[in-house]
Amino acid sequence: MKPFQLKLLMLSLVCLSALEFSSCKSKPKDSDLQASFNEKARSDAQMSNITATASEGVITLNGECPDPNCKSNAEQAARDIKGVTSVVNNITIAPPPSPVPAPEIATNDALSTGVRDAVKDHPGVKAEVTNNEIYLTGEIKRSDLPALMQKLSSLNAKKINNNLTIK
Amino acid sequence: MALQEKYRQLIDASKTAGISNLKVREQDNILYIDGEAPNGQTKDKLWDIYAKIDPDFQAGDLIMDINVTASAPGTRAKVVTESSNLNIRKGPGTDQPIAGKAAHNEIVTIVSQTSDQWWLIRTDKGVEGYAYAQYLSPQ
Repeated sequence: MKPFQLKLLMLSLVCLSALEFSSCKSKPKDSDLQASFNEKARSDAQMSNITATASEGVITLNGECPDPNCKSNAEQAARDIKGVTSVVNNITIAPPPSPVPAPEIATNDALSTGVRDAVKDHPGVKAEVTNNEIYLTGEIKRSDLPALMQKLSSLNAKKINNNLTIK
Repeated sequence: MALQEKYRQLIDASKTAGISNLKVREQDNILYIDGEAPNGQTKDKLWDIYAKIDPDFQAGDLIMDINVTASAPGTRAKVVTESSNLNIRKGPGTDQPIAGKAAHNEIVTIVSQTSDQWWLIRTDKGVEGYAYAQYLSPQ
């Protein structure tokens, strides 16, 4: 082999390896991109329900965020990762928690039936139902009071007006 | 919100005691706490806390409706009357005829929890009917 040919071969080898090296540096592995995002998401509780998948430098975000702010923050966090070429943001915003339903109030008739059953074993107690409220008069032993209140509390009255004399 | 402060201990205990379907809300200055307790002891614990906050139950600002739900049909329950027998009736109501009786401390089978007040039960002797739920403690 002539010295000139040898030089050319060596040069081309160096060129090749340099090319290889630079291409490797500009294209981080997708798994690394994914890991970088997960690292960022871990530090923010709002992002705990987001999953990231990377392919050819494109990060796709899926999952749920409590508000739009969290959605854009997650997208920005993904964009900021070196090597990410674009972000597909499929994050959905979670619906607000449903309000607690108003208490169910039983009708006067249903209450009257329930009250009659409840006071049956408490002979000193008089009970009346008006406007969905229970009115208690008469007397009761202190030891019997919790049991009576437990029975009456399950009837869905609007209010229990306890004017009992406690012995 | 003042009522939630007053009964804070009770609300916190309900949350940690494993009450399912727990609903806590205020309406017209009355606090309503609803839910289902896994067993009688949990319900009793909450009523003990209630009694500490309002010993005479006369404030009229709380209705605590915590029921005990037997997890599965066929659950056994103990008759927890003070000392007397428990009437088993043909229908859910004290106006219904008596079908039989279960003894104090007897263990019966819950057939279904038709309402919060009346459960359909069966004794080991085969008497079936409705009994007042307050006097039954699921085991």
